[in-house]
Amino acid sequence: MADTSDIKKGFKMLVDGVPFAVVDHQFVKPGKGQAFIRTRIKNMMTGAVIDRTFKSGEKLEKADTEERTMQYLYPEGDSRVFMDTQSYEQISLTNEQLGDNVHYLLDGTEVDIMLFEGRPIGVTPPTFVELLVTETEPGFKGDTSSNTTKPAMCETGLQVNVPLFVNAGDKLKVDTRTGDYVERVKG
Amino acid sequence: MAPPSDLAVLQLLALRASLLGSIRRFFEERDFVEVETPAIVPSPGLDVHLSAFEVRTSEGESVGWLATSPEYQMKRLLSAGAERIFQLSRSYRAEEHGRHHEREFTMLEWYRANATSDDVIRDTEELVAFVANALDQPAPEVQPPWQRLTVDEALQFHANVELATLANDEERFFRVWAETVQPRLGNERPVVVTDWPSSMASLAKLKPNGMADRFEAFFRGVELCNGFGELTDATEQRRRFEQNQSERRAAGAPVYPMDERFLDDLERGMPESGGNALGVDRLLMLLVGADSIQSVMPFPEKRL
Repeated sequence: MADTSDIKKGFKMLVDGVPFAVVDHQFVKPGKGQAFIRTRIKNMMTGAVIDRTFKSGEKLEKADTEERTMQYLYPEGDSRVFMDTQSYEQISLTNEQLGDNVHYLLDGTEVDIMLFEGRPIGVTPPTFVELLVTETEPGFKGDTSSNTTKPAMCETGLQVNVPLFVNAGDKLKVDTRTGDYVERVKG
Repeated sequence: MAPPSDLAVLQLLALRASLLGSIRRFFEERDFVEVETPAIVPSPGLDVHLSAFEVRTSEGESVGWLATSPEYQMKRLLSAGAERIFQLSRSYRAEEHGRHHEREFTMLEWYRANATSDDVIRDTEELVAFVANALDQPAPEVQPPWQRLTVDEALQFHANVELATLANDEERFFRVWAETVQPRLGNERPVVVTDWPSSMASLAKLKPNGMADRFEAFFRGVELCNGFGELTDATEQRRRFEQNQSERRAAGAPVYPMDERFLDDLERGMPESGGNALGVDRLLMLLVGADSIQSVMPFPEKRL
């Protein structure tokens, strides 16, 4: 059994049966009073961040979580199938579980999948992915400013705001943390 | 927190030296005498949530505890006739570590005989303004007088809860205080919080309204000091120590002995007095805008 002295950034614990990861923590002790650990913790199922205060010394239950690198294989109904590159074990996550990350999956993309008690609960795609533009208003030749933007649709269904010079058929580097256009990729 | 370079450590020590120098100047100008009391003491303080380091010889014989504050010995000096005393010393608390806690830290403690807690609050306001000025840290917001709030007012204002509803549940009181109230105290200017529940100040006298004559000052959500109008009644003091001991026993905490010589001296007579204990590392942290006391200490535990 863990207790509050195990708390550090990234520590994963069960709170009301749900796995949470510690984002930030602080020891607080009012003068003449009981000591507490104030924490900011992230719900690993929903991503919601909440504040929770524990009594110093309080027992905590470690969350049984594991992160594995897996390769994206193919869509299957409302789900996506991934394979562990070492054990060849296959698992699937629903599009709902994947959320926006569904737009960063190309054949063979390697992602980190978080498992909670053996079941997948979330996925972290590579920080940058390269996506093909399938549809956008025709570009203006010579306009290299990036202050003005237009929407572009990518091969995975992701819509990003891009500079005016981008055309259908261009390849874009996209930041998966923000969903933002980074640059046009030569190639 | 990146470990400081050698140069940064030397600059920090120079800054600390001028801080300590300005504190000494402040008290000397007001006719205080600097005193020294031992680090190893026969009783480290009996507050329930206090944890001390026991000191043993290599043969395992206990010789006492590291002082969690120099309070008992300084009050014995008041009984001996001292009128205005201050001390800069290391204090030790075994289970406190975090951004605003270090197990060994520098404490400034001072006492005024024939004085009230109001006199000591005024000292505190003037001291902080004096030191900020001496360190060339322009801080118009610390100029006296500071805002005053009672504990009840602070709870109602910041947490929308009345003290009366928490009076019988100390854990809930401290939880609300730590989570909601304290982080909001003194955000613009320092604030002095008075009128604490009598159970939370075993060395303070009671005010006519039944609350403890205890105050704490907060600045930017950080507790800066804790002071009292001191309890001078030896019988009442012994009763409260016994109560503390039984609370410690009930909580499964080590039961430290009472300091009998302190109680004897109290019995002989101690004048009405005001005293205050102020965290020097926290004061420096706040004045220079650092976010931890470790960043203003040359050798915090993690860099030892």
